[in-house]
Amino acid sequence: MDFDLSEEQNLLRQSAERLLADQYDFEARKQHGQDEPGWSRAMWAKFAELGLLAIPFSEEDGGLGGGPVELMLVAEAMGAKLTLEPYLPTVILGGGILRRAPESLRQRWLEGVIAGTTLLSLAHAERQARFTLSDVATRVRLDGDHYVLDGDKSLVLAGDSADALVVTARLNGERRDEGGIVLLLVDAKAEGVTRNGYATQDGRRAAEIQFRNVRVSQDNLIAGPETGFALLQAVTDEAIAALCAEAVGAMSAISGLTVEYLKTRKQFGVPIGSFQALQHRASDMYVELEQARSMALFATMMAAEQDAAKRGRAISAAKVQIGRSARQIGQEAIQLHGGIGMTMEAAVGHYFKRLTMIELMFGDTDHHLRRVAETVGPL
Amino acid sequence: MDLRFTDEEVAFRQEVRDFIATNLPAETRERLQSGHHPTRDDIVNWQRILNEKGWAVPHWPEEWGGTGWGPVKQYIFREELQSAPAPEPLAFGVYMVGPVIAEYGSEEQKKRFLPRIANLDDWWCQGFSEPGAGSDLASVRTTAVRDGDHYIVNGQKTWTTLGQYADWIFCLVRTDKEAKKQSGISFLLIDMKSPGITLRPIVTIDGGREVNEVFFDDVRVPADQLVGEENRGWDYAKFLLSNERVGIARIGVSKERLRRIRELSASEHASDGTPLISDPRFAEKIAEVEIDLKALEITQMRVLAAERAEGKGKPNPLSSILKLKGSQIQQRTTELLMEIAGPYALAYEPEREEGSNEPPIGPEWAGLSASTYFNARKVSIYGGSNEIQRNIIAKAILGL
Ligand SMILES: Cc1cc2nc3c(=O)[nH]c(=O)nc-3n(C[C@H](O)[C@H](O)[C@H](O)COP(=O)(O)OP(=O)(O)OC[C@H]3O[C@@H](n4cnc5c(N)ncnc54)[C@H](O)[C@@H]3O)c2cc1C
Repeated sequence: MDFDLSEEQNLLRQSAERLLADQYDFEARKQHGQDEPGWSRAMWAKFAELGLLAIPFSEEDGGLGGGPVELMLVAEAMGAKLTLEPYLPTVILGGGILRRAPESLRQRWLEGVIAGTTLLSLAHAERQARFTLSDVATRVRLDGDHYVLDGDKSLVLAGDSADALVVTARLNGERRDEGGIVLLLVDAKAEGVTRNGYATQDGRRAAEIQFRNVRVSQDNLIAGPETGFALLQAVTDEAIAALCAEAVGAMSAISGLTVEYLKTRKQFGVPIGSFQALQHRASDMYVELEQARSMALFATMMAAEQDAAKRGRAISAAKVQIGRSARQIGQEAIQLHGGIGMTMEAAVGHYFKRLTMIELMFGDTDHHLRRVAETVGPL
Repeated sequence: MDLRFTDEEVAFRQEVRDFIATNLPAETRERLQSGHHPTRDDIVNWQRILNEKGWAVPHWPEEWGGTGWGPVKQYIFREELQSAPAPEPLAFGVYMVGPVIAEYGSEEQKKRFLPRIANLDDWWCQGFSEPGAGSDLASVRTTAVRDGDHYIVNGQKTWTTLGQYADWIFCLVRTDKEAKKQSGISFLLIDMKSPGITLRPIVTIDGGREVNEVFFDDVRVPADQLVGEENRGWDYAKFLLSNERVGIARIGVSKERLRRIRELSASEHASDGTPLISDPRFAEKIAEVEIDLKALEITQMRVLAAERAEGKGKPNPLSSILKLKGSQIQQRTTELLMEIAGPYALAYEPEREEGSNEPPIGPEWAGLSASTYFNARKVSIYGGSNEIQRNIIAKAILGL
């Protein structure tokens, strides 16, 4: 049992933190958010330069061969600065699926992803599905040597700027069956693809995407109907683990801002941090933060577990802890800031918003609590 | 980074588990499993079995019986004891006064007291709290006045746990009334058989008899029973309190109780005749505690890893979390157990603890569940109340 990082991991963390400390303070973030397409392509190029976009890919694919620990470190650093760039959709979701794709697809796409010139996203969620991962109504059928895709995808993260989409679609079975789901790589500009991009509450972008009679050649099949769901599940669990780390970065930052404010804001002639009622609430925030950090570590450790049931239970447990902590820390941070916490001017509200969105993504706290409650076995 | 235990640590856990399985008297285990407190004899016998094995006082200096285990092994050892469940060592000797004597006592005191603590030949109790000195411990008023080669002690201690069995009591006493609060306190070892000591039981809300008041009326204490220097007692007390870290979260205890909660909620039935566990509301309550406990377990590992890296003795700020969350989880598990018992928690049959022949009103564990719940309210009060832990976090960690 040890929590030590290797030398390379330490370097990775330091370089990511240094880059963001230099170029991603709260003011810079506002600028990045005004760039087209809602985040900074210049920053993205710097991520590529540092190798952050290469982390999870194998060395033979031109990547760094990193794993969940490396992704955790980067996600935490990004969470602390609320970066807007599409790291989750491109590297962790799209990339996570592509790195398990047949070689021809990897050769065609990964070079661009690693270089920062190709953006990916996962077009999976559908309006009716809520948090049921296997709920896929989008249909696909084979027509000669092409797949033909029809359906609507919702909340595709940074879907408006993606170059290629990993799309889940049902080849056979009922709407909620785990079997029968296939994963296809689709050019975002293919005929029949209509994208409608919009802002999300946390200052990022998402898109509603329609697929109408979209023809995809057979060699774009990533996973067939027997393996598609398992792959989707594995990558979703990896994404949740990274999201937990991102949340820890954000919770740590927002707690730091709050403690700083308690020390500097004066009322009744004294710093408000001298009031014990507030001290105890700040202490409880700290406890929640550290408990969340422990569970993010747990999620990281379990992200690569092969046994899907065991992994799922652990990941859900982590998401519950993160969700509870995020809610408490976020709300308390706003409250302890008083009126200023309500404004767009102050950073604290932006952390609160991102934390709230994280809570609602990939299954909310109730969803994951149910998953832990309904399954058995030690955590 | 690897959060799993090493092969060696896993093997060690197995070794401890096997040892407990073969050596823990069955009746002791059964008593604890059904929710009873261990008896005096349970505790003494088990301590002697451990002592024979060389595991009585793992964390002490090796010269005095320590095993030289690092923090992780010490933790594993305690977790195994807690989850067996075996009686935990009598903390007042093994975790409290023992380390203080080993660190600050005279050679003479070490030879006289330490081996007898390890073998539980002497039962120690803790005389810190007083009616007017609880969280604000430094306001103790019991006095010790030097008279030749003796101290004359007058005053009152309270909340003295298991003082009814005690041969010795270690006390914080005021030796300098003029000095500032903390600096006039000394650490004194007192024989409970000394003339002038009276003990009066306090009955706790569970009907239990575990705490006492202790009165000192002109008690003569040989001066060689002063630990360290006069008026330095507060430093030794701080050392003592900071020592009680490994196992303070009592994760093993909560794990064991959760195991039983899971088992019982599958066999006990809800009003509609289905097992309790199939009620989603109840299953989710269990899941919430499981998640809390897992998070705390990893927090505990982080504390141990930091301790291993930084060497012993440096208090880790995370240990306040261990106390705070650990006590909340313990309390929550007792609530759940009582909720499983439902109506069978109502009957109050303290005589059953003494082994009555009458059949219990409900299952034995159920009859004890409310008492256990009442009793567990103490864990967020003693050992630095949860409010005090929050003060510590605010001051020492957040700098407020
Ligand atoms: C079952 C049991 C066994 C015990 N065993 C022993 C023993 O063997 N030996 C021994 O010496 N002592 C023992 N104690 C005593 C224990 O350490 C004290 O109860 C504890 O220190 C709290 O003191 P108090 O009870 O006087 O409460 P108080 O200190 O009066 O506290 C009352 C309330 O005020 C809160 N409070 C106090 N100060 C502050 C503050 N600064 N900020 C915010 N809130 C505050 C407390 O958290 C609590 O909620 C035992 C107690 C119990 C219940």
